[in-house]
Parts: sequence; structure tokens; C-alpha cells
Amino acid sequence: MARYLILIYEDEARYATATPEVFGEITAEHDRFAAGVEQHGAKLLGGDALEPTATATSVRGTEVTDGPFAETKEALGGYYLLEAPDLDTALAVARTVPARFGGVEVRPVMTFD
Amino acid sequence: MPPAADAAAGAGAVAAAVADAHRREWAFVLAATVRVTRDIDLAEECVQEAFATALTDWRRTGVPARPGAWLTTAARRRALNVLRHSGVERRALPLLVEEETAPDPRDDGAHGYPDDRLRLVVTCCHPALDRPAQVALTLRLVCGLTTAEVARAFLVGEPTMAARLTRAKKKIAVARIPYRVPPPEELPARVDAVLTVVHLLFTTGHAAPAGEELVRRDLVERAVQLCRMLRGLLPRDPAVAGLLALLLLTDARRETRTGEDGRLLLLEEQDRSRWDRPAIAEGVALVREALRSRPPSRYALQAAIAAVHAEAPAWTDTDWAEIVALYGVLASVWPSPVVALNRAVAVGFASGPAAGLAALDALAAEPQLAGYGYLPAARADLLRRLGRDAEAREAYTEALLLTPNAVEREFLAGRLRALDGGPG
Repeated sequence: MARYLILIYEDEARYATATPEVFGEITAEHDRFAAGVEQHGAKLLGGDALEPTATATSVRGTEVTDGPFAETKEALGGYYLLEAPDLDTALAVARTVPARFGGVEVRPVMTFD
Repeated sequence: MPPAADAAAGAGAVAAAVADAHRREWAFVLAATVRVTRDIDLAEECVQEAFATALTDWRRTGVPARPGAWLTTAARRRALNVLRHSGVERRALPLLVEEETAPDPRDDGAHGYPDDRLRLVVTCCHPALDRPAQVALTLRLVCGLTTAEVARAFLVGEPTMAARLTRAKKKIAVARIPYRVPPPEELPARVDAVLTVVHLLFTTGHAAPAGEELVRRDLVERAVQLCRMLRGLLPRDPAVAGLLALLLLTDARRETRTGEDGRLLLLEEQDRSRWDRPAIAEGVALVREALRSRPPSRYALQAAIAAVHAEAPAWTDTDWAEIVALYGVLASVWPSPVVALNRAVAVGFASGPAAGLAALDALAAEPQLAGYGYLPAARADLLRRLGRDAEAREAYTEALLLTPNAVEREFLAGRLRALDGGPG
């Protein structure tokens, strides 16, 4: 088994203008996603949604700046930590992550042994 | 004959047998060895040593009846030795992920090895690797080309290619791209990626994008050989049959595509008596088989178009109506501006240059064709045939600006000279 971090990158502006109905839909999608992970032979170890990048503070050395580390149209907005036997399984799970305003990136977690 | 001369002849025969085994069996031996090592680098090393050992051993023992099995045994034995003596500490990367299947009871060396080449090739062409990495890995691991040869094939420096291969192999291990044949529902998409790589190798070799020669024979031959291997592994796959047909029918014309002086010869000017008839016969039979699947694959349709040309006894006998119809079907299963461009050219022969030009001008705004040299070249030809010389001259000049291949440039420049009243 290996661990993968699924990083969710989406257009924040779309969330800023989304109606409560859309938010409700997306929340339900995430619940359904979480319930379906194990049928792929993987396990969800964790996951969170992040506050928008307007709330981010970046620190490089001693310099502190307001905003995210890199300004991009699609910003990191949440993640899931997954345990899966191989990349194909992780990608099968990643395809089911709700990300209607963007997409996800799958990164293997480094192991030290 | 004195014994010394005898031994020398033996050395030549052995070297030829090893070279032949390298061409035919590399993928088989490597794939079977990766099964034992679960480490691509170690397997590569052991397979290379097995081939080196064969050069000396086969002089003593003679060439074995089944060189692939001999080489696999030698490579696997070497791998087991390395694994036994150095354990895991030599390993820089994690082990490959394998599917959990019971070991094949026939897998004892006496009955040969199970064929793992499909695992190897789908792993090399995994969608998590970018196309240049897929192509490089396939040439290195499936075809057994050295890093220097792969670098030469793609006109990049050896350090660049070595870095590309290392990065790709590292990703396979670290991200745990599994070394296995995907389940049946995923297989067609994965085979499609493999076919794309094979087709890319072929087209890169067939119309070399840059350089002095039109065809890079080594790449073309590797592509055909890979496709034959896939055909052996997936005998019922119509897309594989279609691609093999396309490669054979296109390559059957290889010798006639340039004149003695290296000049590009159009289909119209080629000496059809020198086309490779056995390759055409094989290709046509494969097209018939490939077209039976519904919908037909894009390769089967492209091959069918190539077959219409191959079967026409002369340029003037070409069934252009059939070709236009086939391009129409191709455009429906594989919509692409390049297909539309080729269809317009075919219309120019089926219904005259004015109709062709109308079809072509409908594509002028296609963003994907911007900067594509074949568009102004096709336009120039239609304008020339319509006697609109000034516009033709302009289009040839534009095509020249967009064409890097020396042989194709010379053809375009010749057409331009002819319009100016000079010798073609």
C-alpha cells in the first residue's frame, strides 16, 4: 500500500458566486465520493476543504506576504489523503473526486525507510 | 579449411545470431526478467549482460534452439545472484507493483516463460507518463535501443534523453505505476495509447520532421516490428490489425518515394512496379479484417485509403470517389482538421481542382492548421492546376516557410521554379 495526496485545484471565483443550492450539491457530491472510495480498493485517510486564497499568508524566509504562494486561476482549495495499492487505483479514485470548477493532482507521498 | 578460419566463421555467425536475438527477443527477455527483479534498471543491466555472455558462450556451445529462453534464463539467473548478494541496499527505487497472481506452473525454465511483453509495453505507454517519455521508454525497454540510439532517433542530446528515461523510470517506481496488463474494460484505451506511440514512431521515421533524409529507416522498421509484436499479443484486436495494415501499406512505397537524386517523388510519379507487393498483399488482408469491426478504427480507415492507392495499377486508375468517401467516414470517427485537409485534396482529384480548392478554403480558419506546411502546399497545387500562377507562387512560398524537411523543401522549390518558367 502507498499513500497519495489528491490536491483539488479549482477556480475560486466560481465558488464565490455559487448559490447555496450549488454548495449543497457539491457537499452531497463529496459525501458520495467519500462513501465510494473503498469500492476501488482504496481507503480515505483524511481530507479537508481550505478557506479561499484571500485568507492565505505566505512566508519566504523572514518576508511575510498577504496571499497564496503562487497566484493561479485555479488554486489549491482542498485535499484528500488516500491509501491505495498503486497509481491506477489512486487515479480511479481521483476521477471520482468532485471538482466541477477545475481538476485534481495526484502526488505520491514520500516514504522513508 | 584450417580450424582457425572455421572458428572465425563461427564468430561471425554467433554475432549475427545474437544481433538477431537482440532484435527479436529483447522485449521478451526484459519483460520476463522484470518479473523477477521488479526493478527495471536491474533487469536492463542483467539482460544486457545476458546478451554479452551469449556472444562468448554460443561460440562454445553453438546457438541454442530457443535463444529467447536461453537469454531469459541467463538474465534471470544473473538477477537472482545480484538480489541474493546485495539484497535491497543497491536499490535506489521502490519495487514495481505487480498484480497478485499465482506463479505460472509452466514458469520453470524448461517450458519457456510466460509472455510478459504486453505488461511491459502498456507500462511504458501509461497515461501518467507524457508522450515523449512513453516513446523513449518504449524504444529503450521494448525495442532495446541504447540511450544514445534513442537520443539520435529524436534528434536530442544523449544527456537529455538519459534524463528523460531516468525521470520516467523513477516515476513508474515512485508513483507505483503498476507493471500489469489492465483489466479488459481499460485495455482498449491503454492499447490505443500504445498504438499512438507506435504510429508516432512510424510517422517520425516516415517523414522525418527535420534533417536531410526523408525517411529514417531504423525508426520505420522498429515501428513495424513493434506493431507485429502487438499483433502477436492481441491477435483479435481490430485497431492493432488496422495499424499494422497502415504501416505495411505505407511502407510498401518507401523505396519509390524519393528519386535517385534524393528528390521527393509524388504518388503520381512513383514507379508502382517497385512497390513491395508481398507487404501490400499482407496489408490488404489485414485491412479487410480490421474493417469488420464497427465502428472501424481510425487506423483501419487510414489503411483502407492506403490500400486503394496500393491496388491501383496506375495513378490514373485511382478510385478517388472511394478515397473521398473513406476520408468522410474517417472524419466522422476521428474528426481532425488534418483529415479534412486530406479529404479536400482527394476532392481535388475526384471532382476537379476548383471543388478541391473550395473544400480547402473552408479550412483556412482552422487554428490547428495554422503553421501547418501541408495546407499552403495543397492549396498551391490546386491553384497551379487551375492556372492561377500568381496565387500558386504565393502559396508555395508560404509552404516553404513552414517546411523544415530538406527533401520536401526541394520539392516545393522545384515547383516554384517551374512556375517561374525554369526547370522543375
